[in-house]
Amino acid sequence: MNFKTATLAGLAAMLMAGSAMAVDVKLGVLNDRSGIYADLSGEGSVVAARMAIEDFDAAAKGINVEVISADHQNKPDVASTIARQWYDEEGVDVIVDVPTSSAALAVNEITREKGKIFLNSGAASTDLTGAQCAPGTAHWTYDTYALANGTGKAMVDNGYQNWYFLTADYAFGHSLEENTTAVVQASGGTVVGSVRHPFPGTDFSSFLLQAQASGADVIGLANAGGDTVNSIKQAAEFGITQAGQALAGLLIFITDVHALGLETAQGLVLTEAFYWDLNDETRAWSERFSEEMGGSKPTMVHAGVYSAVTHYLKGVEASGDKATDGVMDWMKSNPSSDQVFGEGELRADGRHIHDMYLFQVKSPAESTGEWDYYKLLATIPAEIAFRPLEDGGCALVE
Amino acid sequence: MFELLGIPPQALFGQLLLGLINGSFYALLSLGLAVIFGLLNIINFSHGAQYMMGAFVAWMGLTWLGIPYWGALVIVPLVVGTTGVVIERLMISKLYHLDHLYGLLLTFGLALIIQGLFRNGFGVSGLPYSIPSQLSGGTNLGFMFLPNYRAWVVVASLIVCFGTWFAIERTRLGAYLRAATENPTLVGAFGINVPRMITLTYGFGVALAAFAGVLAAPIYSVNPNMGADLIIVVFAVVVIGGMGSILGAILTGFGLGIVEGLTKVFYPEASSVAIFVIMAIVLLFKPAGLFGRTA
Repeated sequence: MNFKTATLAGLAAMLMAGSAMAVDVKLGVLNDRSGIYADLSGEGSVVAARMAIEDFDAAAKGINVEVISADHQNKPDVASTIARQWYDEEGVDVIVDVPTSSAALAVNEITREKGKIFLNSGAASTDLTGAQCAPGTAHWTYDTYALANGTGKAMVDNGYQNWYFLTADYAFGHSLEENTTAVVQASGGTVVGSVRHPFPGTDFSSFLLQAQASGADVIGLANAGGDTVNSIKQAAEFGITQAGQALAGLLIFITDVHALGLETAQGLVLTEAFYWDLNDETRAWSERFSEEMGGSKPTMVHAGVYSAVTHYLKGVEASGDKATDGVMDWMKSNPSSDQVFGEGELRADGRHIHDMYLFQVKSPAESTGEWDYYKLLATIPAEIAFRPLEDGGCALVE
Repeated sequence: MFELLGIPPQALFGQLLLGLINGSFYALLSLGLAVIFGLLNIINFSHGAQYMMGAFVAWMGLTWLGIPYWGALVIVPLVVGTTGVVIERLMISKLYHLDHLYGLLLTFGLALIIQGLFRNGFGVSGLPYSIPSQLSGGTNLGFMFLPNYRAWVVVASLIVCFGTWFAIERTRLGAYLRAATENPTLVGAFGINVPRMITLTYGFGVALAAFAGVLAAPIYSVNPNMGADLIIVVFAVVVIGGMGSILGAILTGFGLGIVEGLTKVFYPEASSVAIFVIMAIVLLFKPAGLFGRTA
């Protein structure tokens, strides 16, 4: 064998090794597939994860991704059991989505213990990037601070000074109430009271009448999904909105607006990280999503799953393997960019920051077709949309 | 102004009334369960799913066929009741000679299947169903704003509950039914078609659930889980009232609605467990329930 042949053979071997980086990654999408959050997360999140893998062309880059999914029924104990089984027995590397803050915090702890990665899109509690932040956790889409900072502040600025909270009685509701209270007080408003309702609930009329009796200008709904839908419906029925009290839906997803109908939902102000009709890229992406999901448009949770999985796969490609530390380091030191969230950044505390949007729900007359629900009031720049890095009390922040 | 337990009387009246409204649904649903259990000895776990079907069929009627609310109130119980008749004929009737547990498992399984089908077809966020225009708006009672529709729910529920109680306890048909429960062979010997009567009774119980579903459609969101959330509470109501007792189911339904309404004012966090605490206490002192007869 002469020198030339040997060099060529060596080069060929190096090239083969380079292109045939073979990493097997297993993603577990853990969310609500049957309860009140199933439409805003559920199968749609699995579809979004698959779309991210296809768009990234993972297989061609030598990353074999398998996606599995399970229903945590919004229960922390069920979520913990599945997470442990996935990490210990099924070789899952990354758990994705996990709405319901109490369940998300449980999965967060197990992920920390096992040294794996947790890409959260569906949950809201700021504790995920605050007191309980973990090295492998990225909190992608939104949190209670961002919601309070968007909707809460907008309402106070519009003259709604006195607040009464209708709060879902679990980690998420408490966190949202606490964050919104802080924003209201900082903007010069006051909180006159609150009532905590069981989660999930059906009849909110009793709580709404208590809110009405408080004489507050605005009733802050610190709940989500079906609970918010029923609260808003029943507030209209009991003449609460007509009597002059405003409603502030602190967490409203587009699927909730769809369920309410524009007649009831019109005029609501809400904060979201994503809307399908923002620009050409979001429209194109949402169109593909709709085709797979029987016509319904993606929520910000679905979009967040897509964005998070995309950035994660880039991290795996860049580090050449799936070791948690390497991938997380890469993800935190490189900006994220995709067609749903545009430019973003993953901070040291695990908080992903990107622009947030303040929307108002259109009236039936303003809407030009199905799913044409929002008009944009303001874009909240990424730097001020989320809690400042130093205020969270996360131990990962130096 | 005087205060009662730290709450102004206006607020208290309002909450009592709301409790009564919720109690209307508990009463209607537990009545259906009590009729089915009392006369068929079947613990109908698919009752919640049938209530949900009532709401969905009303929605389908309005959206696809243009059947208004008032038509739905009559047609939907008939349609859903018919599915009940089919289920009884094809499945439940095979289980009468077996232990209660088999009927419970069968109907529980059916409930899961029905809910799953609706979930796949319609998602969980719920579908909008408007309050009929004749009943929109409300009346200011001084202590609260009472939506006309909710007042109608209480009235409709009271009428149906009373009618059912009267039919079973005070008419000849009801006497046949009760006799057939005691001794089907003997009643059959008198020339009465007992199996058919039992089938129709199940259909009627299911129709009651569907009727409650239509009543609920405009105020709660029409979604596949609406019955699953409610059915557990309704079972507690039936147990407290006494399994199979018609009057017990009605009175405890309304009564517990009120108790739950009051809990929502005094200690809201406990409102979802209040009924179960009462159930535990009642079972300790009267294992057959408040109105039940000990066998």
